[in-house]
Amino acid sequence: MKFDTPAGTNPIDQGKVVGRPTPRIDGKFKTTGTAPYAYERHDVAPNQAYGYILGASIAKGTITSIDTAEAEAANGVIGIVSTLDHKPVPLGPMNTANLFGGGEVQHYHQAIAMVVAESFEQARAAAHLIRVDYARGEGSFDLKRAAPSAEPVEDSEKRQGDFEAAFGNAPVTLDATYTTPDESHAMMEPFATIAAWEGDKLTVWTSNQMIQWNKRDLAKALDMPIEKVRVDSPYIGGGFGAKLFLRADAVVAALGAKQVGRPVKLSMQRPLTFNNSTHRAATIQRIRFGAGEDGKLTAIAHESTSGNLPGGGPESAINQTELLYAGENRLTAMRLAILNLPEGNAMRAPGEASGLMALEIAMDEMAEKLGMDPVAFRKANDTQVDPMNPERPFSKRKMIECLDRGAREFGWERRNPQPGRNREGRWLVGHGMAVGFRNNLLMKSGARVRLSGDGIVTVETDMTDIGTGTYTILAQTAAEMMGLPIERIRVELGDSDYPISAGSGGQWGANNSTSGVYAACVKLREQVAQSLGFNSDEVEFADGQVRAGERSFPLGHAAAENDLTAEDSIEYGNLDKQFQQSTFAGHFVELAVDAYTGEAHLRRMLAVCEAGRILNPISARSQVIGAMTMGAGAALMEHLVVDKRFGFFVNHDLAGYEVPVHADIPHQEVIFLEETDPVSSPMKAKGVGELGLCGVSAAIANALYNATGARVRDYPITLDKYLDRLPAVA
Amino acid sequence: MRPFTYERAGSPAEAAAAAIRMQGARFIAGGTNLIDLMKIEVETPAHLIDVNGLGLDSIEGTQDGGLRIGALVSNADLSADKRVRRDYGVLTRAIVAGASGQLRNKATTGGNLLQRTRCPYFYDTNQPCNKRKPGSGCGAIGGFSRQLGIVGVSDKCIATYPGDMAVALRVLDAKVETVKPDGTTRTIPIGEFHRLWGDTPHIETALETGELITAVILPPPLGGRHFYHKVRDRRSYAFALVSIAAVIQQDGSGRVAVGGIAPKPWRVPAADAALPDAAAAARALTAGATPTEDNRFKIALVERTLAGVLAEARGEGATS
Ligand SMILES: Cc1cc2nc3c(=O)[nH]c(=O)nc-3n(C[C@H](O)[C@H](O)[C@H](O)COP(=O)(O)OP(=O)(O)OC[C@H]3O[C@@H](n4cnc5c(N)ncnc54)[C@H](O)[C@@H]3O)c2cc1C
Ligand code: SF4
Repeated sequence: MKFDTPAGTNPIDQGKVVGRPTPRIDGKFKTTGTAPYAYERHDVAPNQAYGYILGASIAKGTITSIDTAEAEAANGVIGIVSTLDHKPVPLGPMNTANLFGGGEVQHYHQAIAMVVAESFEQARAAAHLIRVDYARGEGSFDLKRAAPSAEPVEDSEKRQGDFEAAFGNAPVTLDATYTTPDESHAMMEPFATIAAWEGDKLTVWTSNQMIQWNKRDLAKALDMPIEKVRVDSPYIGGGFGAKLFLRADAVVAALGAKQVGRPVKLSMQRPLTFNNSTHRAATIQRIRFGAGEDGKLTAIAHESTSGNLPGGGPESAINQTELLYAGENRLTAMRLAILNLPEGNAMRAPGEASGLMALEIAMDEMAEKLGMDPVAFRKANDTQVDPMNPERPFSKRKMIECLDRGAREFGWERRNPQPGRNREGRWLVGHGMAVGFRNNLLMKSGARVRLSGDGIVTVETDMTDIGTGTYTILAQTAAEMMGLPIERIRVELGDSDYPISAGSGGQWGANNSTSGVYAACVKLREQVAQSLGFNSDEVEFADGQVRAGERSFPLGHAAAENDLTAEDSIEYGNLDKQFQQSTFAGHFVELAVDAYTGEAHLRRMLAVCEAGRILNPISARSQVIGAMTMGAGAALMEHLVVDKRFGFFVNHDLAGYEVPVHADIPHQEVIFLEETDPVSSPMKAKGVGELGLCGVSAAIANALYNATGARVRDYPITLDKYLDRLPAVA
Repeated sequence: MRPFTYERAGSPAEAAAAAIRMQGARFIAGGTNLIDLMKIEVETPAHLIDVNGLGLDSIEGTQDGGLRIGALVSNADLSADKRVRRDYGVLTRAIVAGASGQLRNKATTGGNLLQRTRCPYFYDTNQPCNKRKPGSGCGAIGGFSRQLGIVGVSDKCIATYPGDMAVALRVLDAKVETVKPDGTTRTIPIGEFHRLWGDTPHIETALETGELITAVILPPPLGGRHFYHKVRDRRSYAFALVSIAAVIQQDGSGRVAVGGIAPKPWRVPAADAALPDAAAAARALTAGATPTEDNRFKIALVERTLAGVLAEARGEGATS
């Protein structure tokens, strides 16, 4: 189905199932331990052996030798896969760092060997017996030091009007630099794969967000025909972008399974995941604003520097600044330094998450300079068109509504605009806000739907559910389209043999994959009508019945003889060229800082979101509060610490890399504006999974400033960065 | 994890005797620290002696009105004990500020005292670490040291003793009771139990090879108000940047010990004497500090946290 004109009224608008709070249909499997995650699929292949990865102990250099003799002789060892026995595996378009093979070490904990043994413990013990000699190379590990030599990113510089002149003439200006640290996805389920060969056919049961990318890149890595690879990933214990791309676990498990002639199961040990995989790269961001006394921005510049391995991309922290606020004179640009750290790549809301951490503090600072309320300042600079291309309107932009509603619900007018003046006993209390912004991305997405005689509809697509609730929204979509209760829908996901979907990433999953199911259901409805001898234009699907005029049949009758199967994809025209499609939020935070110790305790968080039709308010809320929690981590604690001498992330386990615990997260509230966006898709939905993260960290930073009067521009905002600016004690 | 052999001892004295029969033997209690370290081969014992089931898991009153806490009493049971909650509140507060409910169910009194440092370089066997591998150098000096020590450290090692319970024990002047492989017993004042690193950071306590902790003795209750304030980057499940254990009397006098800044729970007579002057007490506690750029803030944090505790003791605003 081609979607190239805005959606009119369609069956989804009935809202009998779609848009209703619907508990997860897979919830019972997850809570009873019967949802099969990659590492637990003992039944899929007999005689599984256990793998254990050895990571490189240096950041850069070459391996001169690997002595596996002792490890090979160890108890239970079946075989050892050594990087020196393989050429570097060819990489797909999204990967930068070598995944396996060859003697070159590009980053710390790069996979260089895998032991395969009868038990996990034996494999682990033997891995410690492998002796590796290296020739250490010199590396660049310090972004701050490398930044002056960073190269401009090709085509990244965008200009409008004359920024320098406008900035020079503006009566009120801001010029400030902000930094964000390297961050890790730290998803609960580690990378894990079971790999099995049947002749020249390979199956991997793995944990991956993008089935077709994984299949394509695995075939490439192993130099085999793509149709001989099958990828299956029905349940995923979180990914946050870490599992968008093929990773070492699948490659090494496949190589190992081939070498030992047995299925191999492998889970990457937690201390390896931080350096072995990808991360959100640190940034240094300079923001300059010029504004008139009326509070209208006249000049906006946002320049961001990040680092990556040679050939890697930048953290595109300037994305939102091209679109978020009006202003005639603009400059955005990125620079990229070479760093020999692990690969920087996508982590939940890549670009915007880091960019808004800086931009929305800058907006707070600028509002203060202008003597304006931060909410009013943002409203004054709203734009309903793409500022770089004013003929191009937003399909829907409700930033002002999000802010107004949020301010009202939160009680913003009770905030004391004077920082450091709101004291409750030993607590310094502060309030902060920020705008959230993230684009809505369109991706082709396919599905197959099958009606059987018992009136059950089965949906099959290689779409993934990374904990987001995809199973449920796809079932809701099919139920709405076919006039069935949700109990009569089965959903099968994550198998590369199913129709190709958009996959899960960039908050594009929900809108596109439900639209794919919508398209397939439109076809199925036609088949049903035909099978029952109806003219498809006048048929109504409701309450498990198919009706036209006086005639009515149970839906299953249409498939009494044979199952009816329909397959289709949603494909998009150029509506995203004609319209800018984005999602918006207003974040509001109350926080208290212990005036003695500087400990910051969040008290209340509110997000008001506009993201088109909310398909399932329960799972959408879960997405947003999860994202707000992640943003709290980014604001207050998350930080991969670089050892600048040895070139690795030092705090590479979940004790050292701190993410929020329950006690950190107070009352969280989410309000969705009741909107639909017909430009986006037939579902009239947009993404919401990343929106909740975008901006929230800055709202926390701004609340902390309001509480203490200490402005910290260097994330994470830990107490050591402002302790000396708190009121004196004793 | 290296393969190891395992036995269950029949009595405390037998356990101690068994521990010197085999080189590289270790006791295992709750296993919450030892097993983690064995998995990553920071610890590689050849033999484990299980000291659970030796009857060391009860808390009894002593003749002078104190308490005798068996070495195998779990952190959960100890913190919940009525007498401890009533008379030694600082101890309950310190224990529940540590780890998680699950871990405290498993962790024991003896094991807690002997938990090893949380220096990240100690945990990564690719990195130099004088404590893990004597003579290999110290990765943390010149590296990432935000969590590490500022007083009592050496140029060989700047790690901290990371635990909470022992900080309370220090302020209470507890004693550690042991049995040696030859069957003799002794008691070690808590202040002498953990050693400063000096040139031998791999030697962490006063225990001799094979010496088994059998109990921790609390002297009679001190009265006063009991505080444990643990400052960290998140509100649970993290080790202290700085923690303050204090017992403060009506007149403002009292005792204070500090966690998270030294190889041992840090207590200085001059600091106790300076109370209730937080600044003077903090000066005494951090005298001679040799912080790194990463952890210099701990000096101010000690003073501010102590000031907060003393304010609370005066009734000025609760801690949370
Ligand atoms: C995730 C995590 C978070 C944690 N957070 C905190 C925290 O915030 N604060 C805190 O204080 N602690 C924390 N801990 C540490 C925890 O308190 C210790 O792991 C625990 O107390 C150790 O007790 P155990 O009985 O399990 O010791 P084991 O692991 O069994 O033993 C530890 C050591 O003590 C020796 N040993 C044990 N018993 C005896 C004995 N009777 N005599 C002589 N030697 C003995 C063993 O040989 C071993 O060397 C945390 C631990 C984990 C895993
Ligand atoms: S501080 Fe101590 S424990 Fe840490 S690396 Fe140095 S020697 Fe090892």
